[in-house]
Amino acid sequence: MNKDYFHSVTLNTNMCKGCTNCIKYCPTEAIRVRNRKAVIIKERCIDCGVCIRICPYHAKKAVTDSLDTIKNYKYKIALPAPALYGQYGPEFSRERIVLALKQLGFDYVFEVARAAEIVTNLSDKYMKNKDIKKPVISSACPAVVRFIQIRFPNLIENLLKIESPMEIAAALSRQEVHEKFGIPYEDMGVFFISPCAAKVTSVKAPYESQKSNVDAVIAIKDIYLILREIMKKEDKITSAPFSLSSAIGVSWAGTGGESSAINEGRRIAVHGIDNVSDILEQAVQGGLDDIDFIEALACPEGCLGGPLTVENPFIAKENLKNEIEQIAVNAAHSNSVDKADNIDEYVWKSTVEYSPILKLDDDMEKALEKMRKIDEITNGLYDLDCGACGAPSCRALAEDIVRGIAKETDCIFKLKERLNIIANQLHQIE
Amino acid sequence: MGGVVVRQYDIPANDFTVAGEASSNVRKILSQLGVSPDIVKRTSIAMYEAEINAVIHGNGGQALVEIDTDKIYIRISDQGPGIADLELAMQEGYSTAPDSIREMGFGAGMGLSNIKKHADQLKIDTEIDKGTTVNITVFFKPQTGV
Repeated sequence: MNKDYFHSVTLNTNMCKGCTNCIKYCPTEAIRVRNRKAVIIKERCIDCGVCIRICPYHAKKAVTDSLDTIKNYKYKIALPAPALYGQYGPEFSRERIVLALKQLGFDYVFEVARAAEIVTNLSDKYMKNKDIKKPVISSACPAVVRFIQIRFPNLIENLLKIESPMEIAAALSRQEVHEKFGIPYEDMGVFFISPCAAKVTSVKAPYESQKSNVDAVIAIKDIYLILREIMKKEDKITSAPFSLSSAIGVSWAGTGGESSAINEGRRIAVHGIDNVSDILEQAVQGGLDDIDFIEALACPEGCLGGPLTVENPFIAKENLKNEIEQIAVNAAHSNSVDKADNIDEYVWKSTVEYSPILKLDDDMEKALEKMRKIDEITNGLYDLDCGACGAPSCRALAEDIVRGIAKETDCIFKLKERLNIIANQLHQIE
Repeated sequence: MGGVVVRQYDIPANDFTVAGEASSNVRKILSQLGVSPDIVKRTSIAMYEAEINAVIHGNGGQALVEIDTDKIYIRISDQGPGIADLELAMQEGYSTAPDSIREMGFGAGMGLSNIKKHADQLKIDTEIDKGTTVNITVFFKPQTGV
């Protein structure tokens, strides 16, 4: 498998009916229907999960690791994303969820929320640097980072170049377990409990081929029920024998969590890939110079609306709010926050690069020629954008024809024109 | 016309909801043609400013875009009131935009100077009560002697 183009989001061809729902909603026009089945153009896919949410036949899915994977490791560390807490109603407190994870077979639980607090802390410092390019765009959502790589190369320099909470949690949990219990690093397996398909891709094929500290990714939806069953069997717990993160880290699961935790300047929180696309469009035109920070999340309601979650994102939001109210915001942060003084340790070692996959040709002259051809073909089409050809729009079909992966008679109206001509010719023979 | 790609757009008067659509569209085309991101950005900002000027001051107008292998030429023309003192209008911070426009975050008087900053060539033809035409050229490769 080509590591560069590994994707969590994949298609179950047996379930695909070849309808046109997904091609219409894909933000990078990465899907085509060919021979009555959807096909994902790998280099364009950003793993945002929109197609998973939109497919009426549930033919799109995210490849994740099974819970059995944990058996391959001697010492198992769970990293629950804060979105997990939003999946359960008020009777299931965060303490109960964390303890249930232990009963599920994990030896240690390190909340990603704790690492999110570290990132918050570092972001505050990062924002004070006068040399950074504003508006700073959060890099917490991997689908947004990949979207920027493909569509908005000019905004790469605006990305917050700090490791994601997941990666920091993975590194710190290993260190903590080693220091506390003397467990050798090679015995540890680190598992992210994920609401997000793009995070799977981040682990299996990180940006610019760096190595992830996470060993495997388990979908929240795959453990949702088992966890619930475990919690039901146990008595209610009032206090937990371990340190939990404060409200700031937990709030990262929803929208506005990350940006509200940054103390200064004008901050906006944008969610839903279409909204993200609009705001990035505005940013690239230089129209957002008075904004300091953009929290951009691909899913509606942020990670709570991730494709691997179970609960409706709006209910999950209420659940999370309830959870946050239980925590005194002023309660002492966990010790981990104090370790975050050294910002360099968590700054990206290398930046992400522009992937010009929408480019028509390496040679400018040929590219222009192709563009003219696309214009010409588009003019001959019917501007219906019906999708029946398998491309999301008439212009996309014209592009596909010029790229050599479609033909004009894939358009049913063009086919009809052609058949009329043939019918007339047959008529003349008679 | 050879290998030139041509685009024409209408710029509606006083309609900020569609302002910037033309420059955004041109940005996409240039990216598809493989023009480097920096040049795409400069072009897009210069064109956007000119587009906004036509919306605010010119009662709308037309945009013509011609893309060749080595450069992009943009002509934004309006049939508005024209510019009385072009030299003054080119100065940073000078603006005749009314308060209502300024309140929307436009009209800071950076438009023309911003175009000049981002374009390789800028030529403005203006006549009182007839209108204004802004001609912008951006080269894809650094030009010697320009």
